[in-house]
Amino acid sequence: MNTIGATLLRAGRRFVSSLPALFGVLVFTFLLMRVLPGDPAVFFASGPNAGKEEIEVIRRQLGLDKPLPNQLVIYLADVGRGNLGRSMMTGQAVAKDLRERLPASLELTLTALLIALVSAVPLGVIAALRPGSLVDHGVRLFCSLGVCVPTFVSGLLLIYVFYYLLGFAPDPTGRIDIFTTMPPQRTSFLIIDFLLAGDFEGWSAAARQLMLPAFTMALFVIAPLARITRASMLVSLGSDFVRTARSVGLSWWRIVVTYALRNAILPVITIAGIVFSTMLGANVLVEKVFSWPGVASYALDALLVSDYAPVQGFVLLMATIFVIVNLLVDLLYGIADPRATVA
Amino acid sequence: MSMTTIETSSTLRHTAFVLRGNPVTAIAAGGAVLLALMAILAPWLAPYDPIASDVPAALQPPSAAHWFGTDQLGRDVLSRLVVASRLDLTIAVTAVAVSFAIGSVIGALCGYAGGRLDKAVGRFVDVLMAFPLFVLAMAMVAALGNRVENIVIATAIINLPFYIRFARAEVNIRRNLGWVEAARACGESHVAVVLRFLLPNVLPAMAVQMSLNLGWAILNAAGLSFIGLGVKPPTPEWGIMVAEGARFISTGRWWLVAFPGLALMSAVLCFNLLGDGLRDILDPRMRT
Amino acid sequence: MTGSDSTKALLEVENLKVTFSTRRGLVEAVRGVSLSLAPGEMLGLVGESGSGKSVTGFAVTHLLDKAGRITDGRIRFKGQDITRAGGADLRSLHGAAMSMIFQNPRAALNPIRTVGQQIADAILAHRRLSRQEALAEALQLLKAVQIRDPERRMSAYPHELSGGMCQRVMIAIAISCSPQLLIADEPTTGLDVTTQKVVMDLLAHIAAERGMATILITHDLGLAARYCARVVVMEQGRLVEEAAPLTLFHRPQHPYTKRLVAASPTATSRIEDLVPDGDGIPLVEVTELPPPPHGTPLLLDVKNIVKRFDDGTIGVADFSMTMRGGESVGLVGESGSGKSTTSRMICRLIDASEGEILFDGQAIGQIPARDFHRSELRKDIQIVFQDPNDSLNPRYTAFDCIAHPLFRLMNMRSGDKMRRRVEECAERVGLPRELLSRFPHQLSGGQKARVGIARAIACKPRLLVLDEPTAALDVSVQAVVLQLLNKLRREDNLAFLFVSHDLNVVRMMCDRTIVLRTGAIVEQGESRALFANPQTDYTRELVDAVPHIAPPVALQACPV
Repeated sequence: MNTIGATLLRAGRRFVSSLPALFGVLVFTFLLMRVLPGDPAVFFASGPNAGKEEIEVIRRQLGLDKPLPNQLVIYLADVGRGNLGRSMMTGQAVAKDLRERLPASLELTLTALLIALVSAVPLGVIAALRPGSLVDHGVRLFCSLGVCVPTFVSGLLLIYVFYYLLGFAPDPTGRIDIFTTMPPQRTSFLIIDFLLAGDFEGWSAAARQLMLPAFTMALFVIAPLARITRASMLVSLGSDFVRTARSVGLSWWRIVVTYALRNAILPVITIAGIVFSTMLGANVLVEKVFSWPGVASYALDALLVSDYAPVQGFVLLMATIFVIVNLLVDLLYGIADPRATVA
Repeated sequence: MSMTTIETSSTLRHTAFVLRGNPVTAIAAGGAVLLALMAILAPWLAPYDPIASDVPAALQPPSAAHWFGTDQLGRDVLSRLVVASRLDLTIAVTAVAVSFAIGSVIGALCGYAGGRLDKAVGRFVDVLMAFPLFVLAMAMVAALGNRVENIVIATAIINLPFYIRFARAEVNIRRNLGWVEAARACGESHVAVVLRFLLPNVLPAMAVQMSLNLGWAILNAAGLSFIGLGVKPPTPEWGIMVAEGARFISTGRWWLVAFPGLALMSAVLCFNLLGDGLRDILDPRMRT
Repeated sequence: MTGSDSTKALLEVENLKVTFSTRRGLVEAVRGVSLSLAPGEMLGLVGESGSGKSVTGFAVTHLLDKAGRITDGRIRFKGQDITRAGGADLRSLHGAAMSMIFQNPRAALNPIRTVGQQIADAILAHRRLSRQEALAEALQLLKAVQIRDPERRMSAYPHELSGGMCQRVMIAIAISCSPQLLIADEPTTGLDVTTQKVVMDLLAHIAAERGMATILITHDLGLAARYCARVVVMEQGRLVEEAAPLTLFHRPQHPYTKRLVAASPTATSRIEDLVPDGDGIPLVEVTELPPPPHGTPLLLDVKNIVKRFDDGTIGVADFSMTMRGGESVGLVGESGSGKSTTSRMICRLIDASEGEILFDGQAIGQIPARDFHRSELRKDIQIVFQDPNDSLNPRYTAFDCIAHPLFRLMNMRSGDKMRRRVEECAERVGLPRELLSRFPHQLSGGQKARVGIARAIACKPRLLVLDEPTAALDVSVQAVVLQLLNKLRREDNLAFLFVSHDLNVVRMMCDRTIVLRTGAIVEQGESRALFANPQTDYTRELVDAVPHIAPPVALQACPV
């Protein structure tokens, strides 16, 4: 009971304390809009060919002739109403475009995160249990190399090996073959929707399509995760309380898992936020390499044709997701570490 | 003030001694020096003109004439790669140097003084860190204009939070140490304590951070140009070379991606290993 | 070994050698130690840092870290050779037959597991019980270690408990499976003196009640003497002497033991007795300083200073004191009593929230601490810091450290004059001239302490604030440093504000003593009178808690 109350209290407090950052994010994207070499009025006009008068009218309608602070208020009100402007490229509202593409990006990022965690934590633990062994050296080498290969290079090389040379992977463009019948939309995550629809052929097609980009992204973050797991596991194993556990004769399993690992996982949770940030960044590159129809490639396409409203919407979306992720990470930490609830 | 009595020769001897015990670090340091030399001597090292196209010789695999093959315009990949090192290293080094200079001083002042300044800077850092940093850099380059200088500025800004936080934390744990209070009892002002006593003591740790950050900055800059920001073709740059080669990977032209990728990787690896090595040398407890 | 019958001995250690592999090659930490322990006996294992006492304890329990290895010798437990025990043998031994209590109890407990669970874990390691039964038993153990409110503590985490309570929990864990041997490694170091007494009393009580043999590893001769029937002294990995405590204190045989006994401050020792032959520094003639005549202007007059921190907590509440030139005043208190904060306010390193500080009649409290470095009086008030390891700038040589105040406060530019002055200071604190070019990490703890003192006296201050100047030093080094400070004080007619938690040291060093508790003055007065006849309960408690060695009278009753 008590812990749940404390966690909720902490959640509330953390949310309130992340509000200034969120406000800062809004102001920043607003300023971005002012600095960007485009005229917001043009976005809301019928198109690039709109007449001068029409643009002037829209300018007044949007309040772009008013002083900056007023405009900020208008902008905030717009964002509050979910109005992120209109994309010239698609002719749709940016908010709608983003909503349609977000599941693809999330599916990719979350799968990659899952792959990374499932492989990095055991690797780090094994390396820490046998420091100086062959496994340890292997893990360290892998970690050193892993952080050095840019995602866009490893992605392309994986395509070369698994698509061109071995032919294991399907054509590395997009989320699913266009000829596949799409499952009924429930979660918008293809691999889940296919499962729910009981279409295993479709599921395996979607999963095969997802594997290369997800692994590319995972590869980049396995290294830092495994590295921090190994380091904190070493600290844990050498700590006084593990010595205490040994001194009273606890079993190996209890010492390693209940005492060492549970403590060692705390720093891993702490950096999970940073890792997720890296992944959201890497997402941009991976989506470009694999022509993945997510929010990042949408923003990139828009950027290249100087369509700025989608870019702003994308930046705002990424920052919001990141703030939420940090909040979740923080709550998780609060549950995992009783010391955090007091502070 | 003639207080420092470190002799240069003994420092050098010490460094040499330490490097003998850390062969990996020595190799990394050697690699970093080689990279720098390559960047400086690029125009004389490159066997071909990195920009002149030679369409009949397009898309050739590696051969004796073109060690790393040729690209879709028949340009020599090796020459482009060597010349590109100039731009990539310059961007990374400039960005890291700028954010180090600004970030360490601000961070040190915040860590020592605390209070309102610390809170205000903390808020600013929080806002920066609320963005996925690569996305932030992307947005800034888009906003400021698609130019190389703006890549440097954007990279410097996204590095800033790390230096501020790092310097802040390092100074904060030292501010109440005996020797810091002793310096004040010896008649030093707060500002002098921060700049002349705390910062120099924090510098070695910052050097580690800088080395690690250099690799990260290179990756960021290359990533930005890969997605078409900052550097414009035909300028040779590693990221853009990979982007151009990406179109040909599905048809098996691996060398267009592999060699610039390898260049990126070895540069980053050098700086990362150097940073790790420096950290081990400075603080054996951090050995991981 | 002394008369212990080997057939009855619980533990026998024969010619034990332990080697550590370090970066600088192999280091032999224990070089042939033999001892034996009868069931139910309490043995004191005493030595200074680096003596190998803790390593011996860890070797016996097989808890050496990976770098350490038993290279020679034999360990027998209940007649069974356990020198090379491993795996399952070791696990059945640990906790069930022998267990350990560690220094720094908070770190020794798992920070993210409740206290009750941790005790239950220890119980379940050796007994077939359900977790419910184990938890019920854990509660009984918490009651046995006399923790207040044991039911609630069961679900507490270590960070929610005080250091003393953590050590009680540690004791509960250690005795959970009724081992016959308990090794306590510096169990009360880092705890306040009153807590130390309570914890040690509890430990002795439990050991006696359960008939547990105990090895008490400590650096504190007094502590060992108070609780152990037999004391073993170690130096540099070797066992140098073994005797009953009174014999050891009054007829030490080995030269090292002689020095150690002399250096350990007792309720009656005088500064000049601490170092037997006055080795190190020439002793000055000891005469009682006459009290400053009436009418001497006050050197320091502190009126009602208060320190409130930013978070609203009060560090010091309404502190007042006066000092005359050449006087030595002790400031005593446990952790959190505000003694360090007070000393820093007087030293003008931090600002007081309220109150006045007059130095030599001038209101220095008015000058903000941030500007005090420009004051003429900066050089008159200097400070010596607690931990010599972090009181010297790692980037300065010893010479630079001592020259720093000369440069800043006396405006001495480098040159012969400065060099002469630095060398003179080094000589006065007994620091060999050739050490002046060394960096702090190349100096020993005692040498660093000397540099810190030389730096403080370089500008010939009139008031020296000493913040626990010897707390981090071994007792034999402490003895020399205390003598040195006393000598300097007499030579320069320095006033000392001596901050310490060690009552014996303060009694020796100070004319007057002020006792602080939670930021307020509890009692003050002439040192000897105050300690001989405390007026308040708190001071009495403090004085009683100091482990004393019995006076020589008791020796006559004790057959040697």
